[in-house]
Amino acid sequence: MHKNVVFQHRWLPYLLIAPQLLIVLAFFYWPALQAVWQSFLLQDAFGLSTTFVGFENYVELIRQPEYFGAVIRTFVFSALIAGSSLSFALLLAVMADKPLSGSTVYRTLLIWPYAVAPAVAGVLWIFMLHPSLGMVARGLRALGLDWNPLLNGNHAMILVVLAAAWKQISYNFLFFLAGLQSIPKSVLEAAAIDGAGPMRRFWTVTFPLLTPTIFFLIVVNIVYAFFDTFGIIDAMTGGGPAKATETLVYKVYLDGLLGGNLGSSAAQSVLLMMMVIVLTAIQFRYVERKVTY
Amino acid sequence: MTLRTFGLATLLSTTLALASPAYAVTEIQWWHAMTGANNDVIVKLAEEFNASQSDYKVVASYKGSYADTMNAGIAAFRANNAPHILQVFEVGTATMMAATGAVKPVYKLMAEAGETFDPQAYLPAITGYYSTTKGEMLSFPFNSSSMVMWVNKDALKKANITEIPKTWPQVFEDAKKLKAAGYETCGFSTAWVSWAHIEQLSAWHNVPLATKSNGLDGFDTELKFNGPVQVKHLEKLIELKKDNSYDYSGRTNTGEGRFTSGECPIFLTSSAFFGQVRANAKFDFTNAPMPYYPDVEGAPQNSIIGGASLWVMAGKKPDEYKGVAKFLAFLSDTDRQVEIHKKSGYLPITKAAYAKAKAQGFYNDFPYLETPLLELTNKPPTDNSRGLRLGNMVQLRELIAEEFELALNGKKSAKDALDSAVQRGNQILRQFERTASR
Repeated sequence: MHKNVVFQHRWLPYLLIAPQLLIVLAFFYWPALQAVWQSFLLQDAFGLSTTFVGFENYVELIRQPEYFGAVIRTFVFSALIAGSSLSFALLLAVMADKPLSGSTVYRTLLIWPYAVAPAVAGVLWIFMLHPSLGMVARGLRALGLDWNPLLNGNHAMILVVLAAAWKQISYNFLFFLAGLQSIPKSVLEAAAIDGAGPMRRFWTVTFPLLTPTIFFLIVVNIVYAFFDTFGIIDAMTGGGPAKATETLVYKVYLDGLLGGNLGSSAAQSVLLMMMVIVLTAIQFRYVERKVTY
Repeated sequence: MTLRTFGLATLLSTTLALASPAYAVTEIQWWHAMTGANNDVIVKLAEEFNASQSDYKVVASYKGSYADTMNAGIAAFRANNAPHILQVFEVGTATMMAATGAVKPVYKLMAEAGETFDPQAYLPAITGYYSTTKGEMLSFPFNSSSMVMWVNKDALKKANITEIPKTWPQVFEDAKKLKAAGYETCGFSTAWVSWAHIEQLSAWHNVPLATKSNGLDGFDTELKFNGPVQVKHLEKLIELKKDNSYDYSGRTNTGEGRFTSGECPIFLTSSAFFGQVRANAKFDFTNAPMPYYPDVEGAPQNSIIGGASLWVMAGKKPDEYKGVAKFLAFLSDTDRQVEIHKKSGYLPITKAAYAKAKAQGFYNDFPYLETPLLELTNKPPTDNSRGLRLGNMVQLRELIAEEFELALNGKKSAKDALDSAVQRGNQILRQFERTASR
């Protein structure tokens, strides 16, 4: 069965997509172009003096070891978030997929954290893990671990990853659950009849059939870790200690808004944008090939 | 809504807008960053001013944190929509000052508006921070404080310490005693790491933070805070951090609760912390001047201020400026200054207000509100202690804090950390010098 709908009118399709195009142009392309233009300028915070400096802002950035630090940190950060939240969400989804009494309640509760605003999530975790306020932190200290995310960069990183991954688990859970439910029961039953145990059924049947979902979620999670973790970082560590949690997007904010260095900040956002474009392109081009649809 | 009713509604609202008397009064927008009790002070000041005359109406709007407020003001200026008065924290001073086309210096405003204005009436330790080297006041000091040492007297008693420490060696010794007496996680600590351990420390010991009078004499200033006093101090902090007789409490003032909760018995932070301490501390407390190293010649010198000032933005109508000038004169009134001082714990900005509060015996009841004033006026300010004016100060503070964090975490020596902070900071200053519109 093949349907082919063709518009008779020449301008109608353009007219119909015009509102969407206008929104994309006004809210995406226009600011993006402005960022590109700004990245070639050296300007004071008030916009009183403007000099065109070409690629100088980019050259400055590449010269800064701090910038490369932030790049590597962001990749580590994203990998940690995507890895931990995906695996944990998959575990929860597999368990929630079982026929349980009250599973709706259970599922709803697991989806709830997604409704929590990033800054609120950050504050919640701070209350648990703040070295002098947090209950969990006191416990850790009582166990003899010198837990101090105010000074220890690794501790701060763990803190931010915990909060960011926790928030994303609900989202991943929702998609995994939907993915699991769309796997035909007959396939699993056939495997069971062939004598495959639950573990083997999961790794040889369920998991491969879930790859489209996993692939989609990896992209979403990395984009999430790149951009949407700003609120969490800002509320929890402010990028500290000693830049240990300063990701690329946080650096854009620090240099641009707090530092008033708009040119460098714009150059950073342009690079960040390119990085995400490249990353997504690679993922779609190569990872997708290995995906069983 | 049909087109017709829409048209009707528009017509109606336009008529209403025209009929309202708002246009008879000149509105003056005041953007600020004050919360809690200090926000009430601002609201009341605006109300009182509006009630005192009928030509001008001050509209105070809260715009978030200090940094948020400043950014809101800058963004509004870029969109030709700046407020008349913008409250900017002390570290934003150089940025505002460099923006000559964006701000209207207060001394000029007052002269043009014909308001009586005597720069000599203000406390030089406060206005110096916001004036040119010629003494011309650029912005109007609104809320000023200084750094003091808050002390939990009950804890000192528990550790058998009879005297409040005056010098750093005494603080270090007492911190060890406090730790032994049960204050295991924190003998002493401070808020505002850069303000406490670099900015105030340098002024208090009369050593330079930067060349050109700490930047007051020009944007071509270079950082100098990797000198022996600062290095020695950081070395001591690193040493004491090892057993937590000193503990780090973060870059800003978020760790202040460690004092009021009783965790840290000695805590250096702003004198404006007073309100919080009075409301929350369940122990006998007081404050004292910041400690000093007795082997540094001339110490203690005088402290420098923190807080915020009011900047008047450029590009407004002469009539509006008249109203702004009237409002600033209104704020300078002696009785009003005394009242603001008593209510908020911020420092009075005029000599007359300080004298009046003193004459009323206010400091007998609240000695801790006089401590910062005694620190500020301890000695006539030198080039190292008049204040500081460094471009991109927010970033500078961040990177100083970063280097402190590395040093306190054992990743760098004190000397390496401060050398690196100076070197990185100088790059930021050169960048600022290039963009500063002069």
